[in-house]
Amino acid sequence: MPPGRLVRSQRFASQLVLSPRSVPQLATLKTSARHLHIKLIATALLVLAMFGVAAPAALAQDSSIKGKLESIDNDDREPVPGVEILVEQDGTEVGVATSGDDGSWEVPVPAAGTYQVTLNLDTLPDGVAPTDPATMSLPDVAVRDGQNKTVRFNLGPGISSGVNDWDRLLDLFILGLKLGAIIALAAVGLSLIFGVTDLVNFAHGEMITLGAVLAWFFNAADAGPGWPLLVAAVPALVLSAGFGAAQEAGLWRPLRNRRAGSVSILVISIGLSFAVRNTILVFMGGEPETYTQYVIQEEKDYFFFTTVPKNVIIVVSTLIILGAVGLFLQRTQAGVAVRAVADNKDLAESSGIDVNKIIMITWLLGGTLAGLSGIFLGVSERVQWDMGFKILLLVFAAVVLGGLGTAFGAMLGGFIVGLSVEMSTFWIPTELKNAVAMAVLIGMLLWRPQGLLGTKERIG
Amino acid sequence: MGWSEIFIDALVASIGPVAAAYALSAIGLNIQFGYAGLLNVGHVAFMLTGAYGLAITVDAGGSFYLGILVGILASIVLGLILGAPTLRLRADYLAIVTISAGEILRLVVRSSWAEPVTNGVFGIQRFANDFFDLNPFEVNKRYGIGDFQFQGRQLWVMTVGWSLVLLAALLTKRLIGSPWGRALRGVREDEDAVRSLGKNVFLLKLQALMLGGVFAGLGGMLLVIEQQSVTPDAFLPRITFFLYVIVILGGAGTIWGPVLGAIVFQFLFFFFDGFMSDAQEAGWFGDALDATDAQQVKLVLVGVGLMALMAFRPQGFFGDRDEQLVGDD
Repeated sequence: MPPGRLVRSQRFASQLVLSPRSVPQLATLKTSARHLHIKLIATALLVLAMFGVAAPAALAQDSSIKGKLESIDNDDREPVPGVEILVEQDGTEVGVATSGDDGSWEVPVPAAGTYQVTLNLDTLPDGVAPTDPATMSLPDVAVRDGQNKTVRFNLGPGISSGVNDWDRLLDLFILGLKLGAIIALAAVGLSLIFGVTDLVNFAHGEMITLGAVLAWFFNAADAGPGWPLLVAAVPALVLSAGFGAAQEAGLWRPLRNRRAGSVSILVISIGLSFAVRNTILVFMGGEPETYTQYVIQEEKDYFFFTTVPKNVIIVVSTLIILGAVGLFLQRTQAGVAVRAVADNKDLAESSGIDVNKIIMITWLLGGTLAGLSGIFLGVSERVQWDMGFKILLLVFAAVVLGGLGTAFGAMLGGFIVGLSVEMSTFWIPTELKNAVAMAVLIGMLLWRPQGLLGTKERIG
Repeated sequence: MGWSEIFIDALVASIGPVAAAYALSAIGLNIQFGYAGLLNVGHVAFMLTGAYGLAITVDAGGSFYLGILVGILASIVLGLILGAPTLRLRADYLAIVTISAGEILRLVVRSSWAEPVTNGVFGIQRFANDFFDLNPFEVNKRYGIGDFQFQGRQLWVMTVGWSLVLLAALLTKRLIGSPWGRALRGVREDEDAVRSLGKNVFLLKLQALMLGGVFAGLGGMLLVIEQQSVTPDAFLPRITFFLYVIVILGGAGTIWGPVLGAIVFQFLFFFFDGFMSDAQEAGWFGDALDATDAQQVKLVLVGVGLMALMAFRPQGFFGDRDEQLVGDD
């Protein structure tokens, strides 16, 4: 084993196991089904680290070329099975392998020499794409005698390749609309809450996660009742609204009454975000989960594009809900009161509006919308403890883009951020798409810090 | 329950190399948050740029000392990029941009796009040989009494690390006592008042952000130097939260607060860590918590601790209530 490898495995082990004291204990864990996987890996790494031995490379045999196909999306690694890999020498086929359930594949080769290794793009499953199509064919793979040469193909999430540019752009546009819808739902709540309370709630991401996780509990968790997702969504949304209301009643209102400074309130929301996120981690573990329904769907033809029905449903129902929120703000007495409080709290109070009641209504609304956003995100991707924190960065970008404190700006910003993030992957690697949101955010602050629909007074 | 073992482990952690790295970074955060009132929620990004600046330079053939210089410059540039668009606006905007930067920078560094330079998830190894050539201690010898001991290698990192912490604290003391420091504290209390005295508030804040960033960059180097290995996942967003707890625990806006905070935080963190491990193993939690869960509970406590400190004792344990931007409006 080369020294570099040893260092690496030791370090991974030390990351998994924070304290030196827990090292011997980990090996003797009682295995529970939920963390079995992690534990096995941890134990394996531990053994490697403690004895400094390499996993025995395949017993001395002939040479081969092998690898493991994984789709890598930020922190997530998913094995990619069923993909054909062709090995040729000077244009003659030497062997073909199909990746197994764990993504691994191996093609024996007769002798030392230089081979061409090609990944058959047509066999990639939907939702997996090369991060750089040019690297899917490796012309010069040198294999020594008796060596099991490992080669790597970088795969990431994306639409299946092999389609022309326009179709691909159209697909990305649909994905962008869907992501935009998810961001917009969360952003409206964040922006409204900021409007009435002056608080940028860093725990808004956890409100998103909570909606998704609660729906997962009622739908798919072992301990849950196993209801259909549409039914499970109802208690999940009620509880999400309740979480918003509980935050307001138990934390933010008392702090307002004590006249706590704005910086200390921000720090408290950051602490709350950290505490809730890790509480969810303790309860559901670090592994991503899926709902029992709507995970895999057949693509269908719509007017001029093809996509899975869930994307259409997410976008259409979001547009209806955002329209309803807009009508609520513009046409109902409570909605007008929300805008009045956001505009000038003292004036609203002196004209007879019960400010605390209006703030509570805003929290209930914001909590529900964030929860719904989380369920949509869970349907479209997976349910994971830090999903809300990850998307919060995009939600922030949307809110700033539209103008902090404006509801319609947040909706607009959500769709702009969603579209620019997804469509940017046409030109840049998928892994960098979140950096696009960051660039949009910084560019907007330089050009027009009040946002598209915001007013200057709010910004500083 | 091996109380003495838990205690000694926590004691070792509280003065070990990581504590020194946290203390140095926390001194930087204290300049930004404690003295200038800047809410930088992506402090870990500055640590990352410092550490990677060093590692990439050495990896590309530069010397160790050039690497340190590059790391420092990288942190300054990051401060410029994050500060220039946001420091004229209200405090929330800096927070929004920095919390995004902290996470996105890590994702970019570990992406396969950046792999030719950063080596992706595997990171860069062996960039501090020059540093360990100067090590006066015997590398593999263990120094200490009983279980309380450090390897010579660690001891060398600790010596340099805590010396840097001391220097940084003394430098901060000097700066904060200077006219520049008084103006900076003025910015925290009332920007308009400082502006009316003809000071450039934007520039003062930007300088504070960059200076704090330099200390964090050095802290980041210190964090990775003992293992001589820098990986993106050594810079998780949670480190920023740890640093906030450290600064507020010790007392924001005090010279020695971040140093004491780092020592106390590491002690409590590892004490609780050991306690939870033993308690879990002894079956105190039954089936409710497995070993991984028991480890994660302490992160929940960090969050709750941050909230509680900020709500009930914003001056921390050693702080001065008057040196608080967090008091009444």
